[in-house]
Amino acid sequence: MNTLRDILSQGAQMSLVLGLAPLLTGFVRKVKARLLRRRGPPLLQPYRDLIRLMRKDVVLADNASWLFRVIPYLMFAGTWVAASLVPTFGNGLLFSWTADLIAIIALLGSARFFQALAGMDVGTAFGGIGSSREVMIASLAEPAMLITVFSVAMIAGSTQLSYVAEFMGSDAVGLRVSLGMAFVALTIVALAENARIPVDNPATHLELTMVHEAMVLEYSGRHLALIDLSSQLKLLLYVSLIACVFLPWGTATADASVARLFSGALLYFGKLTVLGFLLAVFETSIAKMRVFRIPEFLGAALMLALLATLLRFVSGSL
Amino acid sequence: MIAVALWSVAVLLALAPAGVVLSTVPRGPIILYGGCLMATSALCVTALSDLLYVPHLTQSAILPIGLPWLGAHFRLDALSAFFLVVVNLGGVAASLFALGYGRHEESPGRVLPFYPAYLAAMNVVVLANDAFSFLVAWEFMSLTSWAMVVSHHREAENVRAGYVYLLMASFGTLTLLLAFGLLASGAGYDFDAIRASHPSAALTGMAAILALLGAGSKAGLVPLHAWLPLAHPAAPSHVSGLMSGVMTKVAVYGFVRIVFDLLPEPMWWWSMVVLLVGGPTSTLGVLYALMQRDIKRVLAYSTIENIGIIFTGLGLALAFKAEGLDWVAALAFTAAMLHVFNHALFKSLLFFGAGAVLGATGERDMEKLGGLIHRMPKTAVAVLVGCVAISALPPFNGFVSEWLTFQAILLSPQLSSWGLKLVIPAVGGLLALAAAFAAACFVKLYGVSFLGRPRSDAAASAHETDRFSLSAMLMLAAFCLVAGILPGLFIDALAPVSKNMVGNVMPHQVGLQWLTIVPIAKSRSSYNGLLVFVFVALCGTAAASAIHRFASDRLRRAPAWDCGYPDPNPTIQYSASSFSQPIRRVFGSVIFAAREIGEMPPPSSPLPARFRIELRDLIWDELYAPIAIVIGFATERINILQFLSIRRYLTLVFVALIVLLLVVAL
Repeated sequence: MNTLRDILSQGAQMSLVLGLAPLLTGFVRKVKARLLRRRGPPLLQPYRDLIRLMRKDVVLADNASWLFRVIPYLMFAGTWVAASLVPTFGNGLLFSWTADLIAIIALLGSARFFQALAGMDVGTAFGGIGSSREVMIASLAEPAMLITVFSVAMIAGSTQLSYVAEFMGSDAVGLRVSLGMAFVALTIVALAENARIPVDNPATHLELTMVHEAMVLEYSGRHLALIDLSSQLKLLLYVSLIACVFLPWGTATADASVARLFSGALLYFGKLTVLGFLLAVFETSIAKMRVFRIPEFLGAALMLALLATLLRFVSGSL
Repeated sequence: MIAVALWSVAVLLALAPAGVVLSTVPRGPIILYGGCLMATSALCVTALSDLLYVPHLTQSAILPIGLPWLGAHFRLDALSAFFLVVVNLGGVAASLFALGYGRHEESPGRVLPFYPAYLAAMNVVVLANDAFSFLVAWEFMSLTSWAMVVSHHREAENVRAGYVYLLMASFGTLTLLLAFGLLASGAGYDFDAIRASHPSAALTGMAAILALLGAGSKAGLVPLHAWLPLAHPAAPSHVSGLMSGVMTKVAVYGFVRIVFDLLPEPMWWWSMVVLLVGGPTSTLGVLYALMQRDIKRVLAYSTIENIGIIFTGLGLALAFKAEGLDWVAALAFTAAMLHVFNHALFKSLLFFGAGAVLGATGERDMEKLGGLIHRMPKTAVAVLVGCVAISALPPFNGFVSEWLTFQAILLSPQLSSWGLKLVIPAVGGLLALAAAFAAACFVKLYGVSFLGRPRSDAAASAHETDRFSLSAMLMLAAFCLVAGILPGLFIDALAPVSKNMVGNVMPHQVGLQWLTIVPIAKSRSSYNGLLVFVFVALCGTAAASAIHRFASDRLRRAPAWDCGYPDPNPTIQYSASSFSQPIRRVFGSVIFAAREIGEMPPPSSPLPARFRIELRDLIWDELYAPIAIVIGFATERINILQFLSIRRYLTLVFVALIVLLLVVAL
């Protein structure tokens, strides 16, 4: 019985993240549009875009290699697996022990590695510019993320996300300076990793200002749909991660009843709405940075995360 | 079975003089490399079976060679057996690769006699059980590899590389000689006697630092790395693979043998020194690698990075061992040893890949390559595996050892020393930076040389490499995957090594549910490479088949879109130096004093505009150049002694005699 429930819960999680990811992106777009006093596309537009793209032919550049065709599937699979290991409504994920937080970050790193390779495959200048800037951003964002994980893991005594979430939900935590710093660092990293303003602009079509969009310029059809879906999954992953580590209230525990799982799910939707709204407000209130200002922005995250970790080394209660 | 091991080494040594003859006959290289392949396979299998199946492995042998009152002592224990596996796995792969690759050698007489001798020397270093045999083998290893570094002696660059290498190798041997001298003062040169002796704390501290200098100069620790990126690329590619993948590991062995085995309990400040050297080595090494455009030089600098990671693990192990937390020390030590094994696999693989590219195109400069994935598809797959593995990305093996190192770092708040508490988080940050840079570096290496469009005719007309080379590369690639998805097997195999060296072992891994690895406790951390691999493969195939079935599987080829302005000229692509431009601007201006100089001629002038990049190696300029100047100055002063008259020489001898007698008398 328990096994069955675990499998169901893991399956529900996998389909939930896949189903919700486009909705979150649609919601953020809608709020941004309303803040700019536009009407904006309907909430379900991302789903329609995905379906339309999937039905279209793929137009492949003449000298694209087999790697170029495989990479969208690899990226999608890696991001989906990573996203289904982050607790959303409940903690007791069947396969949560498959990969801890460090491995989840590395899995996203693999996806990015391949995406940057795809940018170089066709041999155009835009692909190269996107890849080279992406790895520059990643070379700062990834360490910042890892050190943030270090500080959180040292407080929780675990890198295993289920245990971290459970610990964060317990009374043993309280307010800590290091957690505050880690929160700011994680937010900055999340903005950079998801190509949001001020680091990159997900809506831009001005080639020289874009990073992510320049890398995927040569993709079309179902390949592009998968890449879009992976970026939507990644956004959902980061929002869920922030929710489960810093807003752990109401997440169902491993042995919770169905009713608790249901209320956990409702609360999770609430958290997504609040965080998505905040993201939209933040994005409309700030301008995009020049590319060479980004290292300073991410450097701040790196330093904050390092400081949080050092504080933890110096004192157990800070 | 130490007898089998020593006999195989003897076969290798016998092949060395045979190489002189074999280099003149047409099928000679095949016979020689075939012989090396068999001898190293025998060594590898013996060592592996001893490591896995013989509990409490210690076998000794004494041969009546070497110093008359000492003889040559050999010993096979778990540590030696593990390093024998690493050395000979590299040897097997390199010999297999050379069966195909060695046929292109222009002057086989400059490589063939030294290759088996070099393999034999590395094996003897690992087996030696007295300081004399150890140092002789160590020096022999340096000299034979030097001979192969200067095998293409007509290129001035290689001769310079050989000169710098020889100097640094002598420095390393000198420091090791001093270290053994200090240790042997009360005991003698036999390692067993040194183990049993109880030297004073000051003496062991000095010996530990000297061992770090000696082994570090051979392994390429910053700032003793200057020779490595010159020498490793200069040798033929299979030898480069051995030097980078294996010889640096022999240096790690030297350090572990002296510091963890011969010396008594470590003190906490040793680990401080090792960590302060290891952490910066990892980040600096990979930053250097990012700035290069020569494939083999990128790989050589990335070796420095990986040595930094290994020494960081060893430093952590020393720190925990010094504070009595030997179960964490076992974790850190196992992580370091696993990285030794992993790096030997993927670095050999990548150097072979570079060799295959060099053989097919004659180019090492990435800016003349491109599009090789179309013309060398199998090499491209193997090199891709190597690139993903070395970038520490799951589900390949590089990730596992870095993950274990991070787990050890996360336990370091338990240490009581304040110095370590402040240093270890910083070192963790440096490791994280190094991992991210490594990914950037290998995106660049693979993206520029294998993807895109060919940048030269040589790259456009390249052909797939031969079958022997391919099988060597694919074998190593398969090992990288297996070690990545079944790391538990490898961790368990390392248990006797860690038991001998730090006195404790990691929890037993094989037999855990689904072959997960759990380094400490399930509530703390766990990782399952196998399931990650299976899940990603399943999700990917499920997505592909669902989309092809229900949406669309049509595909059309067309010219690249490139925002509407596709340019047929391949120079429009991002090159190696343009790819690293953002990182060079962010980090290089301080670390390399990097400057971009654009020269724009006045409007009426017909001269072309020029753009160049200036990078300085600050360590070379600020550390080595002054030393060279001082030595030059001193030698010039001493040089007067060469041109004295016989009368003055006699006076000099007389004065020296008087001074010596006075010293003895007092």
